[in-house]
Order: sequence, then structure tokens, then C-alpha cells
Amino acid sequence: MLHRFSKFLVACTVILILAGSLVTSHDAGLSVPDWPTSYGWNMFTFPPSMWVANILYEHGHRLIASTVGFLTVIMAVWLWIAEPRRWLRWFGVAALGSVIAQGVLGGLTVLFFLPAAISTAHAGLAEIFFCMTVAIAIFTSPGWIAGYDGNEDRREGRAVRTPMESPLRWLATTATVLIYSQILIGATMRHTGAGLAIPDFPLMFGHLIPDHWSGAIAIHFAHRVGALFVTTCLLALFAHIRSRYNERPELMRPATLIVALVAVQVTLGALTVLSRRDPLINSFHVVCGALVLTTSLVITLRSWRERFAFGPIRQAQTTSERAPSSVGAVRLASDSRGGA
Amino acid sequence: MRLRNTWVGLLGIALATTLACGGGSQETSSTAAKPESPSAAPAGQKVDTATAGDVKGVAMLDGAAPKNEPIKMNADPVCVKENTTPQFQETYEVGSDGKSLANVFVYVKDGLGNYVFDTPTKPATIDQKSCRYHPHVFGIMVNQPLEIVNSDPTLHNIHALPKGNAEFNNGQPIQGMKMTHTFDKPEVMVPFKCDVHGWMNAYVGVMTNPYFAVTDKDGKFDLPNLPPGTYTIEAWHEKAGAQTASVTIGAKETKEITFTFKAAGATATNN
Repeated sequence: MLHRFSKFLVACTVILILAGSLVTSHDAGLSVPDWPTSYGWNMFTFPPSMWVANILYEHGHRLIASTVGFLTVIMAVWLWIAEPRRWLRWFGVAALGSVIAQGVLGGLTVLFFLPAAISTAHAGLAEIFFCMTVAIAIFTSPGWIAGYDGNEDRREGRAVRTPMESPLRWLATTATVLIYSQILIGATMRHTGAGLAIPDFPLMFGHLIPDHWSGAIAIHFAHRVGALFVTTCLLALFAHIRSRYNERPELMRPATLIVALVAVQVTLGALTVLSRRDPLINSFHVVCGALVLTTSLVITLRSWRERFAFGPIRQAQTTSERAPSSVGAVRLASDSRGGA
Repeated sequence: MRLRNTWVGLLGIALATTLACGGGSQETSSTAAKPESPSAAPAGQKVDTATAGDVKGVAMLDGAAPKNEPIKMNADPVCVKENTTPQFQETYEVGSDGKSLANVFVYVKDGLGNYVFDTPTKPATIDQKSCRYHPHVFGIMVNQPLEIVNSDPTLHNIHALPKGNAEFNNGQPIQGMKMTHTFDKPEVMVPFKCDVHGWMNAYVGVMTNPYFAVTDKDGKFDLPNLPPGTYTIEAWHEKAGAQTASVTIGAKETKEITFTFKAAGATATNN
């Protein structure tokens, strides 16, 4: 049940990210000038008849954010009560802390008239919080708890899965860090008004590289170059997983998904420029970026899973008959040693 | 001690009186010959309307006026209801002749020197009516009250984006709400926007002197009661840019100038 709830929280956070990106795309960030009230009303009693024009985006975003915050409280409390792994209990607290900080940043950016630094930090922390919700879903999943240890393969006489090794871990981690950096550059571009600093695509002012520069052009150029780096890195990751870990669905599925997502993301990025920043296309570009990040995070976390394995899981890998109880062994170990 | 203080005080008054009266007589003797530069006027000098002149003129558009962007107000049913005719931005408002350009802010940019002017106590007003700002372009003096009114049965927020003055963004959710604001620094121009209704925009020029005007639908402007002197007059348009003209007026003289704008991106001329 906890795992199902964690997936529900992930889904709600995706909607929240979409709602937030619609606010910026519609230039609605200051349509509700006060915070935490809304035109003097309590946020939760602001009459729906007044949710007109851009207020619908901004106030809607605040309500969805409050809902996600409330769900995160439930998640943190649930983890604290029911989760045997101490580190995961504290991770839930950290997720709650980050969503509270995110709310405060959102309020501050309104009260200070959307300064670029605070708005970009708000966007960056949103991605971190989203990653935390996805991580909790992974950590509470049966696959993670079982350690992706391939005991089922042994029982059914299939080849044992290739252990996940260092090159995979570093490639996946690098990809995730690169994607997050690209998202930060994109957020900076968005909140400094540089989204159309280079107005054509795929060329830049009719050339491969801009023939003149400004701060805005530099940021926009960095985002396009970043997209090339990210795409190359993710294609390399996919190729590596396909060649070495083809039999591991916990890696192949997200690797295949990420290739599809990055193709969509590049297309959306191009269309954002060509459509002169159509609000809906622009917003979906933001959401797709978040999905690329968290899919890479899933691969990364799973690639590091074996490094989190403590005694009981390693014992289960050598004694396949004890596989059904290995999960229980993990839970027993985590009570005392904070296992994976 | 008291007698000494009395003599010092009388001496000070005599000195101040001499300084105040001495400059005026110089100005009177020079206006008959040629306009005296206002910068020679003593500090704190007020305009003598008996000798003041007038600068008037017209702003024109060279070439066909670009079409103004249509406005879709579907996002707020109240705005749709309040406007029974199609709505357009007011970027290029031209007269019936297709050339005279309205909404050009014309003002004395330089040349007033040490003249001082009373700050009006009567507030200027900007009204949010039918989901548009009225007026679209206007002027106000530093520290003059600006009354902001919401005449619409819907919410607005009034968001000023100055560069030198303090930014503000206030909500007016109820019809009839009023608020008052003052700008404490001169600035040309301060944009206003409504973040709820993204099509709403207006501009205000914050001045240290009362010599400003906005061209009417015939493109005409008038800057009366200008003391004799040489002035830099600037004409500002929200899209076509700004241009300046130098004009010298004598006592009770009227001069006319014409500003000719080209649509955004082209060069402008004046004569």
C-alpha cells in the first residue's frame, strides 16, 4: 500500500510540475499579487468565480501544490510509522522539508516580483523534490527490496543476470547530473526571458553558431549545446545497457523509455522556438524534461542498488533456496543496520 | 546679545530680498532683446506667465500604420460581456487621415534649468474599465498622487514596472476599489500591466515639470506657459521609439514643431 501511495504522489507531482510550468508560460506568476493569501482571501476559500484568466493558472498551481504538500505529509508520517529502514524514514522527512521550502520559495518569488534567482531556484528545487518522490517509489518497490538479485532466474534455470558494474553506475550518474544541469540552464533561460534570444531553429541567426552575442544569447546557446551533450550521453547509456544488460528489464525498460522521451523532448524544444513559445508546447517541454531526469534517476538508483546490499541480501544471492525469505531477512537486517 | 542677533537677522533678510529681486530685473531687461537661457534664472525661480510662450505641434506617422493586434478576452467572461465590439491593442492609433499619431508622450526634456514647479495635489487617475486601461498613455508629476480605480466587475491587479521608482503590484478584486500611489523619481516611461488580463497595458511619464502632453486623435499636442528659452522637446511612442527636437521661444512666442515617426524599426525625422 505504501508503494502504491508513493506512486500516486509521483503522479500528483507530475501534474504539479505541469501546473507550475503553465504559470510561467502564460506569464501569470504575478496574477495573484499576495501570498499566502489570494486577493486577501484565505487560499482555500478564494471564490472559484474569481479564478478568471491568468488567476486560474497561478491560483490553481497554489492549490495543487498545497495538495501535494499534504500528500507528502502523509507519506512522511506513513514512512516514519511503517518503514523499517531508518534512512528511508529520514528521507521521507527530507522530502517533506524540501516541499515546504519549495512552497516558501514560491511565495517569496511572488512577493519580490519574480526575481530570476528565486524563480530559477524554485524551478530547480521542484525537480529535486520530484526526484525524491520517484526515489521513494523506487525504494519502496518490491524489486528494489528484493535487490534485483536474479534468484528467480536461478530457480527457473535461466542464466544469472549480469551483475551491475562500475561503468554503468558512472555513466548513469553522469547522465543524471548532466540532465539536471541542463534543466537548470533551461530554467535560467526561461526566467531571464532568453527563451527566444535565438529566434530560429535548428540554425542560430542563420548560422551553426550565433554570429553575435549577448548574455541572453549565451544562455540560450548553452541550453541547445546542453541538449546535444545530454542526448549523446543518454544514447551511450542506452547502448551500454542494451549490450551488457539486455536481460535486465529493470534497466532495459527505463533505458528504452528514456530514448523515446529524449526524442520527444528535443522535438518539443524545437517546436517551442518555432511556435514563438506557445504556452502549451513550452509547458510540456518542461514536464518532459522532468520525466527524462527521473527516468535517468531510476536507472542510476538501480545501478547502485547492489552497492547498497547488506549482508542478508548477499547471503540470499548465494543460497537460492532461501530466496523467498531473503526479503524478510532484509527487513530484519534493516531494523538493526538500516539496510537497503 | 539680543540686539546683535536682531541685526544679523535683518541683514540676512535684506540679503535674501536682494538676491530674489535682483535676478527678475535682469530677466525683464533681457527678454526684449533675445530669449534668456532659463539656466541663468536663480534657484527656486517660478515661471512668469506674463512672458511665457507656447510650443505646440503634431505627431505624424510616415507610411501606412501597422495593424494593431486583436485582443481575445475569452479568458474572462466579464471582459467579453463588457466589450461588445472587437478589441485591438492601441499601439498605433492614427486619425481619420491615417497619418496623425495619437498616444505620443511629448515633454520638455531639457532647458528648464532652475525653475521650480508646484506639485499638483489633484490626483491623476488611471481607470480599469471594460478590461482596458484609461488612459493608455498619460503624464504625472513626481509626488503627485495617482489614483488607481477598478471600475470593472472583475479582478484586476495593477502592476507597475519602473526602472528608477519602486515596483508595485496590487490586487483590486472588487468593483469600485481605489488605491493611491505616488512616484518619487522622474522616469520616462513607466509601464503598467495587468497580470490577470495579459493584454492590458498603459504607460505613464513621471515628470519634474508640468510641461508634458499626450497627442490626441488628431496627433496634436500643446505645451503652454513655457518661459522664454531654448528647449529640448522629446516625443516618445511605445513602439516607434523616441525623438527629440530643439526649439527656442521668445517672450509670448508660439512655435510649432512636427514629429514624424516611422513604424517600429525605421528611422524617424522631425522638423
